[in-house]
Amino acid sequence: MKYIYYPGCSLEGTAVEYNISTQAMIRALDIELVELEDWTCCGATAAEAVGRMIALALPARNLAMAEGMDLGADILVPCSACYLNLKKVAEKTRTDAVLLKNINEILDADGLGYRGTATVRHLLDVMSRDIGPDALKERVKKPLSGLSIAPYYGCQCLRPYPVFDDPETPTSMAPILNAVGASVFDWKMGSKCCGASMMNTKPEVAIDLIVSLLRGAKGADAVVTVCPMCQMNLEAYQKRASRKAGEDLTISILYLPQLVGLALGLSERDVRLDLNLSVTDPFLKKLRD
Amino acid sequence: MNTEEQNEQRARLDKKLAPVRKMVQACIQCGTCTGSCPNAFAMDFTPRRLWRMVLMGKTEKIFQSRTFALCSTCYTCTLRCPRGLALTEAMSALKQIAASEALAPYAQSVRFYKSFMESVRRHGRVREMEFMTLYFLSMKNPLTPLQYTPLGMRLMAKRKISIEIPSKGKERLEAMFRKAEALENQP
Repeated sequence: MKYIYYPGCSLEGTAVEYNISTQAMIRALDIELVELEDWTCCGATAAEAVGRMIALALPARNLAMAEGMDLGADILVPCSACYLNLKKVAEKTRTDAVLLKNINEILDADGLGYRGTATVRHLLDVMSRDIGPDALKERVKKPLSGLSIAPYYGCQCLRPYPVFDDPETPTSMAPILNAVGASVFDWKMGSKCCGASMMNTKPEVAIDLIVSLLRGAKGADAVVTVCPMCQMNLEAYQKRASRKAGEDLTISILYLPQLVGLALGLSERDVRLDLNLSVTDPFLKKLRD
Repeated sequence: MNTEEQNEQRARLDKKLAPVRKMVQACIQCGTCTGSCPNAFAMDFTPRRLWRMVLMGKTEKIFQSRTFALCSTCYTCTLRCPRGLALTEAMSALKQIAASEALAPYAQSVRFYKSFMESVRRHGRVREMEFMTLYFLSMKNPLTPLQYTPLGMRLMAKRKISIEIPSKGKERLEAMFRKAEALENQP
């Protein structure tokens, strides 16, 4: 198996442990990752709010770069926001020739062209359908028994394009968590919105979403995420959320490949658990036991 | 803004609203969007009412409302809409219009997004600290950065971000940005 790897901007900054743990986990599974040459920002949620055409041209530029690499491999994207932006362009241009022409007019300014052949895949999609729980189970060196994990999917890897899971009641993480020996914490909040970038523009509203998610996860040992924005919102504002809720909402928040990587025998250092903003002592104690 | 400028802006807004009206033309006012929206509790008008206002051409009310600025693009309404309308995209279209006219109720979000895009335009990738610095500078409010200080300090302690002075860079994607703007400004 081989993939073209699009890390995206967050994974070079605030989500660097998502980048490192994804690559370490994939390597541990003997899968090849080739980083997309000269990749640039996908536009995040910002481009769409500022201009329609640039919001489509930015992801298209990366799809064009991937086609140019001529590897015949899918593009693997760990960040849900990047994933949706790339996927959206691939989907929209498939049925809209005028749009494809306009996008190519913009890309031409950078000496590029997009043919419409690139396939965009989310990391969770690859983990659940290409790698699969059985292959993971075979490679587990340190089963995570005794840990109850709340799977958090967020929005943009599920909606609006339902590709690998049910967009309202997703379950694709459950077999993965079971395969690595953890139990799945039963909650209903796995596909509820974390507020995304609204935590920066309208924090007084977004904090309420975070409170309800953290409240829902109470009783689990940790929450796992597959998106840098979800991760940041869940891990960075726990004090503020606890104050608002009038109860202690502290809980460990890990990226899915960090948790799976640990089960595959990678060290806490390998998956950079030291970089997470919320890893509690009781969780570490259970993990190390 | 004098009366004449106000009238001109109003005419521009009406014109820009026409494609959004088309997007929600088939709305049957069932309210599934409102029931699905995680942020409806904080909106002055629910999504259903906003779409009604779009259909009725209540331009002023629409752009005074904070409803569309509170859309966190979770796509639940789009997924559930029985008419199959691209409601999240319609919300984004309203954000774009507000941004292009620099309308007051939406100013803070617009400054945030514009600072982000400025960093991308210069470097091709977002430099998180540069973009936040640009954002703070654009707010012209010395107290704004303080709101972010505790988190910033924690991220710096983990060496995830570092102080970055905004720089012009190579103007990496300048040509593409210009071309996209030109295409959008075509009548």
